[in-house]
Amino acid sequence: MSQTVLDVRDLEAGYEPGVPIVRGASITVDHGEIVVVLGPNGAGKSSLIKAIAGLVPITGGTVLLDGRDITASPAHTMVRLGLAFVPQTENIFPLMSVEDNLRVACGILRPRETPARIEEMYAAFPDLARQRRTAAGNLSGGQRQMLAVARALIVHPKVLVLDEPSAGLSPKFVSMVFEMLAGIRKSGVTILLVEQNAKAALAIGDRAYVLVEGKERHQGVAAELWTDPVVAELYLGQRRLDLGQGSAA
Amino acid sequence: MSLQFVVDGLLAGSMIGLGAIGVTLTYSILRFSNFAHGDFMAWGAYATLAVVGAIGAMFGKIAPIAPLSFGWPLIVALIIGMAATGLLALALDMVLFARLRAKGQAIIVVMASFGASMALRSLLEFIFSSRPTYFSRAIQIARPIGFGIRITPDQIALLLLTAVLVLGVHLLMTRTQTGRSMQALSQNAALARIVGIDVAKVVRVTWIIGGALACVAGVMIGILIQIRPFMGFEMLLPMFAAAILGGIGSVPGAVLGGLIIGLAEAGAVQLIGAEWRAAVSFIILMAVLFVRPIGLFGVRER
Repeated sequence: MSQTVLDVRDLEAGYEPGVPIVRGASITVDHGEIVVVLGPNGAGKSSLIKAIAGLVPITGGTVLLDGRDITASPAHTMVRLGLAFVPQTENIFPLMSVEDNLRVACGILRPRETPARIEEMYAAFPDLARQRRTAAGNLSGGQRQMLAVARALIVHPKVLVLDEPSAGLSPKFVSMVFEMLAGIRKSGVTILLVEQNAKAALAIGDRAYVLVEGKERHQGVAAELWTDPVVAELYLGQRRLDLGQGSAA
Repeated sequence: MSLQFVVDGLLAGSMIGLGAIGVTLTYSILRFSNFAHGDFMAWGAYATLAVVGAIGAMFGKIAPIAPLSFGWPLIVALIIGMAATGLLALALDMVLFARLRAKGQAIIVVMASFGASMALRSLLEFIFSSRPTYFSRAIQIARPIGFGIRITPDQIALLLLTAVLVLGVHLLMTRTQTGRSMQALSQNAALARIVGIDVAKVVRVTWIIGGALACVAGVMIGILIQIRPFMGFEMLLPMFAAAILGGIGSVPGAVLGGLIIGLAEAGAVQLIGAEWRAAVSFIILMAVLFVRPIGLFGVRER
C-alpha cells in the first residue's frame, strides 16, 4: 500500500494579496513516487512548489508532510521538516567550493555525521568528488545541477522538490539530469518535479498533474498522459510536435 | 626617510582594518553601508573606559602589567566593552535597521545609519562631554628595534592582539558552520533560507562580530591616541576605503586594505605633511573604484 508523503489541499498562494497565482491546487505525492507537474507557461507551476517550500506567501489551503501541517512554516525550517527544495536557477553558492556548498547545507545533521554524509554524496556523484575544491561557480551547467541536487539530498529529505531541473541545460545534460533523478528514486527518495520538458519528465515520472491557471485540471499515470487527448487540449496543443522533436528523449 | 612610518602605518592600519571587517560584513550580508559603524568604535572605547572606571572604584588603584601602560582592569573592561558594543549594534538593528530593511529600500537604511551615527555621537558628547580623555596618562618610552624604528610595548601588544583577532575571524568565517552560513547568506540570501539557514540568527552574529571588533579598534585608538566622541566618525572614510580596496565581503581583504591605507597615510604624513593624511584614503578609494571596483580580493558575481 502506498503512503502519502506530501498532501497539498486547495492551496492558494501569490506574492501580492488579492492576486493569487496558485488557485486552489490539490496534489498528492506517495512514498517512493516521482510526480510531475506540467502546464503551460504562466500556469503557476513554479509558484505552486515555491509556496509548498515556504517561498511564496500562502493565502489558503494546507500542505501536509507525512501528515504534519507545514503550511505556515518559514522556508529555513523546511529541511528540518523533511522537505528539500532545488530552485530552477541560482541554486548553488558560486564563490564557495563544492565541498562547502554541501557542508553549509548540513546544519540539521549532527556535526559528527557530516563528513560521512558528504562522502556518501561524493560516492553517488563522482563528478563532484573530483571537483570538491573547485568554486561551484566554475562547474558546468550539468554539474551545478548535480551539486544542487546532492546538496538537497544530503539532509535525508522525505521529499525532494525540484523546479525545472532541465531548464537552460544542453540536450546532453538534460538526459543526464533525468537519468540522475530516476536513479535517486530507485534509492527510495520521493520526488516532486515541475518541468517544461514534458516528454522527458513523463518518461521517468509515475504520475503527473496538468496545472492550468493555478489549478490542477487533469491527472494520470505519467506514461499515459503523453498520449492523452485531454492533456493535448489543455496544455500541449499544437506544441506537442515541437516538444516531441525538440526535447531529448 | 625614516622607516618609523611603517610602525605608525601598521598601527593605524590595524585600527582601520578591524573596523573595516565590520563594514565589509555588514555590507555583504545586510546589503547596506552602515555609516554608524565608526560610532560603534567610539561607544566601545567609552564603554570600556566606564568599566575601567568602575573597576577602579571597586578595587582601588591597580598597577599596570609591566612593561605595558595598562593592567588587568583594561583587559577585563575590553571584553565587557566588546560584548556591550556587540549588543549596541544588535539593539540598533532591532529598533531601526531591521524595520527599514523589511520595507526593502537599501538607500533608506543607509540614510537611517547616518542619522543613527549623529545621534550616537551626540549622546556620547552629552554623557561624557567632548573633551578628550585617556585610558592612561603615563608616557611610554618607545624602544629602538633597529632600522631607525622605535616602538612601545603597548604598540607591540596591540599589533599582536589585532593579528590574533583577524586570524580568529578568518577561521570563524572559513572553518565553522556559522561562518559558512554568513558566506552563503552574502552570496544568495534566498538559497541560504532554502538550505536551512536561519537568516535572522546569522544577521545577529554579524552585528555582534562587527560591534565587538569596532570596540577593539576604538580602545586601540584610545590607548595610542585619545578618546573623543568624534574618534570613530573620523575613521569612516578610511574604513570604507579599506573595505572597498580589499573587496566587499572579504575579511582578509578588509584587513589588508586597512594596512595598505594605514601605511599610505603614514607615508604621506612623512613625505608631504600631516595635513594630507585625510586625502590619502580618498585618493585610494577613487583609484580603486576607477581601476578595479571589485577590490583586491573581490570576485565578480556570476
